[in-house]
Amino acid sequence: MSVKNKVDKVNQGNIPHTTGNEQLAPNEFTTLNLGPTHPATHGIFQNVLKMDGEIIMEGESTIGYIHRAFEKIAERRPYYQITVLTDRMNYCSSPINNLGWHMTVEKLLKLEIPKRVQYLRVIIMELARIADHIICNSVIGVDTGAMTGFLYIFQQRESIYDIFEELCGARLTTNIGRIGGLERDFSPKAWALLDKFLNEFPGKLKEFENLLMRNRIFMDRTINCGPITAEKALGYGFTGPNLRAAGVDYDVRVMNPYCSYEEFEFTVPVGTQGDTYDRFMVRQEEMWQSVSIIKQAIEKVRKEPEGVFHADVPEFFLPPKQEVYNNMEALIYHFKIVMGESDVPVGEVYHCVEGGNGELGFYLISDGGRTPYRMHLRRPCFIYYQAYTDMIKGTFLSDAILTMSSMNVIAGELDA
Amino acid sequence: MENTLLTTVGDKLKSKFGDAIVSAEQHYDFPVYVIRRDAIYDVLKFLKEDEELAFGFLTTMCGLHYPDNKGQELGVMYQLHNLPKNLRIRLKTFFPVSDPTLPTITTLYPTANWMERQEYDFFGIIFKGHPNLKRILNMDEMTYHPMRKEYPLEDGTREDKDDKMFGR
Repeated sequence: MSVKNKVDKVNQGNIPHTTGNEQLAPNEFTTLNLGPTHPATHGIFQNVLKMDGEIIMEGESTIGYIHRAFEKIAERRPYYQITVLTDRMNYCSSPINNLGWHMTVEKLLKLEIPKRVQYLRVIIMELARIADHIICNSVIGVDTGAMTGFLYIFQQRESIYDIFEELCGARLTTNIGRIGGLERDFSPKAWALLDKFLNEFPGKLKEFENLLMRNRIFMDRTINCGPITAEKALGYGFTGPNLRAAGVDYDVRVMNPYCSYEEFEFTVPVGTQGDTYDRFMVRQEEMWQSVSIIKQAIEKVRKEPEGVFHADVPEFFLPPKQEVYNNMEALIYHFKIVMGESDVPVGEVYHCVEGGNGELGFYLISDGGRTPYRMHLRRPCFIYYQAYTDMIKGTFLSDAILTMSSMNVIAGELDA
Repeated sequence: MENTLLTTVGDKLKSKFGDAIVSAEQHYDFPVYVIRRDAIYDVLKFLKEDEELAFGFLTTMCGLHYPDNKGQELGVMYQLHNLPKNLRIRLKTFFPVSDPTLPTITTLYPTANWMERQEYDFFGIIFKGHPNLKRILNMDEMTYHPMRKEYPLEDGTREDKDDKMFGR
């Protein structure tokens, strides 16, 4: 098929997708550099695309622009210092990364965490999941040309960050929690902010849904855009909302419950087509489920003894400052923890949590030293982003942009 | 249920591959098998294609480096997941640093593509048959494989950081 014919057909709307296999003479293709810094890619991603007019024939991803060697750095940091590295992976939902790391170390140390702490952690992680999904879904809206929803819903993300600020002092890179518990209890103000958020958010989320969910333009734009079959998605190691949108109900919270998730009632939404619209819808439903989980968790926290916010593990949990200055034992523990002298068992563990965009896994080998002997991060983005060039083959450039934003690829996690 | 399947995995591997299984252990909640290098591809293929075991999902893989294990310095860890039955296992294989080659498993699991590139990049493990084995996170001009233990994190010429106090 000649270029002219093809363009004509495309203009008539007859062939939205080519197979990508038609061969043209090499000089009829255009090479297009999408990225590394491009306003539409939301992060540092480079894709060198071979274009036939508006249609992508093939592409090649280059990644690593913000690689910071976390795995290497972690080999020289005591366990409690590695939390700040996990912050900077998926920075849209860093509390999940932080708490995932703490749980990994707790698993290695075989610590028993009080139920109340687990429920508080569930609240924090579900808030983070909502914040993550808000960003992804509202940005899908922006990339289809709908700025309004983004502006409306982002206020809610701000409210979540206010809660985080009250809990740990930071908003984006939170470094929340400690090995053995949380650094402090929820303050009355934090509970009040949480209540306020839970009162406001459902209405705002509904408003956001009204703007996009049954919007004809949005549906035309996203349905059948960047689809992937369940089989292919599994082959490419998809996890999280992207896999569920393709129709596989794999959710770490259900499959390998951590943090007492088995006690909560929630449904795992799945899609059928694995396209942008399904990914959007799965995330949308997950936000509703998260709200319900948070409400259940608050109920459960009320039934637990008040004031418990960490396990009784003086070897790993820093004593209050006042005691450090007045109590010899506390001073010794403080010194041991800060210098990384607490005894850590030899062993290897893998722990995974359901992160904002998939199964976030920590593989840790300890040789009993001050630092991990080896730490490996299973970053969901890194694993599923390799399917991207395959998914955009034969589509329009503008669909490729939309596919990327709906996959929720976060540069920090991709490059670690 | 889980335990019976687990013993099935062990039994099947033992009967099919015999002494290619160097060891079988339990680390926390994970069964870990150490496999000889020459059998690793066949074992993975068997685990994936056997109807009962069906480990169809490659969760992750990563390189390992133990400089003190002479002749077995480098290694690779594979982690497989049987999603319907929710069983996870871990396989390891070790080989000398002088001959860091392994067969690629991209033909079994497409997702191994970037994972293998990552381990090539950081450990210099050469995956034979990989479609596009080049560096992925580091720059192409780099001449060494930085996750190997002989490369210090800090600049080796610095003297103000005392390993006795602040190092490993």
